[in-house]
Amino acid sequence: MTAPSRSDSTPGTVAMKLSLGPIQYFWDRDTVMQFYGRVAESPVDIVYLGETVCAKRRALNAADWLDIAAHLAAAGKEVVLSTLVLVEAASELSRMRRIVDNGLYRVEANDMAAVNMLCSGKRFVAGPHINIYNGETLRLFADLGAFRWIPPLELGREAVAALQAVRPDGMQTEVFAFGRLPLAFSARCFTARAHGLPKDSCEFRCADYPDGMELETRDGQQFLALNGIQVQSGYTANLVRELPTLQALKVDVLRLSPQSRGMETVIDWFRRAIDGNVDLDEAARALGDAVSTGPCNGFWHGVAGMDWLSEFVP
Amino acid sequence: MNRRLELVCPAGSLPALRVAVDHGADAVYLGFRNATNARNFAGLNFDDGEMRRGIQYAHERGARVFLALNTYARAGQWSDWTRAADLAADLGVDAVILADPGLMRYCSERHPELRLHLSVQGSATNPEAIAFYAHQFGVQRVVLPRVLSLNQVRYVISNAPVEVEVFGFGSLCVMVEGRCALSSYVTGESPNTCGVCSPAKAVRWEETGSSRRSRLNGVLIDVYAPGESAGYPTLCKGRFIVRGGPDASPAYALEEPTSLNVLAILPELLQSGIAAIKVEGRQRSPAYVGQVTRVLRAALDACMRDPSGYAPRPEWVAELDRLAEGRQHTLGAIDRAWQ
Repeated sequence: MTAPSRSDSTPGTVAMKLSLGPIQYFWDRDTVMQFYGRVAESPVDIVYLGETVCAKRRALNAADWLDIAAHLAAAGKEVVLSTLVLVEAASELSRMRRIVDNGLYRVEANDMAAVNMLCSGKRFVAGPHINIYNGETLRLFADLGAFRWIPPLELGREAVAALQAVRPDGMQTEVFAFGRLPLAFSARCFTARAHGLPKDSCEFRCADYPDGMELETRDGQQFLALNGIQVQSGYTANLVRELPTLQALKVDVLRLSPQSRGMETVIDWFRRAIDGNVDLDEAARALGDAVSTGPCNGFWHGVAGMDWLSEFVP
Repeated sequence: MNRRLELVCPAGSLPALRVAVDHGADAVYLGFRNATNARNFAGLNFDDGEMRRGIQYAHERGARVFLALNTYARAGQWSDWTRAADLAADLGVDAVILADPGLMRYCSERHPELRLHLSVQGSATNPEAIAFYAHQFGVQRVVLPRVLSLNQVRYVISNAPVEVEVFGFGSLCVMVEGRCALSSYVTGESPNTCGVCSPAKAVRWEETGSSRRSRLNGVLIDVYAPGESAGYPTLCKGRFIVRGGPDASPAYALEEPTSLNVLAILPELLQSGIAAIKVEGRQRSPAYVGQVTRVLRAALDACMRDPSGYAPRPEWVAELDRLAEGRQHTLGAIDRAWQ
């Protein structure tokens, strides 16, 4: 991995930051530890930690996560603890309460339960699964204590531009820029279903799919990916070529979603692209080579999310 | 007589509203003819005049009217949603069904007398999330997403400070409502943004000698053999191939075409303390609404009269199955094994 080279080129402006979203998949403890060991050395600025998909996945306990957080914070990263998206049980709420009250790190809320715990005085991140679609709702979340928000994944350039124009003072905007899109959540575990198992005895089959299970159409199109109770895009979202627009819109942070292989390469290319040291078409090609799926950027362009607009649209 | 459980039925049009009320709905829900509600389909819904007549018809017969304003206001078009809320208050609806937190704040400040229900699109699946809406905006009822088991429904009811409404019959959303971007991933339009899922304008049917194929914006959703009955290509109910699993033959990897039907567990639902049972289907015909309302009215009355002696009558089940997607039904997530 190349050393970080920051070039805050324009005086008076803050360079766009890079974040690493929470791991969506069920990786074993050693893999997670090694992954964040490498992340500590990488040129990302913000790291979101924790299990957001399935409460049954407990390869790491709370102490493990806090160890990772401390290691990353010592390496100069801003650490944010992410919370579960689909919350159903009392035990899940107690665990969320412990995350909210951790006392050291800020929290990303992905459900209104977390917002309810945070909004009496704590500053928090409104995650991509909090439905903020307009300026009035963004204002509400600023009033509740949000200092950063991630637009819902289906919002594109036009909506983000409209919201940037009215965003409350101090509100940071973070856009999901790379990775399989977490499109939907269900009570049903689709990985277990594919194995003919009920969720309550799932045998943790999702551990065998470090980037999800591929779902194809009957004529061979990469359609979706199954990740436990979560459904992801079959294609990998990639906004590297939209960087000039994202910068012009004063987007503060780009989020990269972890995948099992090649993540350092992905981080490096985005870092170099932000720093202006690379041709964006070349970056898009290199990022395409780093993943096994086709790319998509349709949501950003206001069309079907699975589409890839290959021409640069300023 | 046991506690009264409210039957809430869909009204996609004035004729459907009349039929629902005539067949025993305690309340109907409806929407304006625009993107402010989650059944924004061509030929459906109400303009101001129809809404006025519908409310009058229902109120004269003792039924309540809930107005669905349950999409998320688009950036830059905020006034379309507030205008709808203002009009709802002016028309005297009995409640508005909302999903957008910003719109909830607007209603609670501007129309404090207006009763607020949290739409299923608001994705509240636990007491803490429900408490947020109750404390911040005075929401008085929540419609639960179709993701909870019966025990989880009971847990919510025991711990949430508001009334709880659950779906009882109709098309089954497999995903948490309000958190599903599958439709916009495939077509560019979703429930949250446009009030539609798998929109009809994106559907194409292809006939070949040996098969019939349904596509949604070009994506192959299903292939039917000759003589096999074909359903609407809702994208989560097609047959796909799962790679890397034990079986690579086409399968309903997400869900089969099926409808939710809670007739079998009405006494348990009644005992759990839910306030209302909702029928899905504002996009359905008045005839459909009439049949479903009549069956559910009879079943609810029987259950409320004698919960311990209640059993769903075979003719009710048969009649609802004839109307059901894929002619079959499920309890969905209410039954833990489904999950």
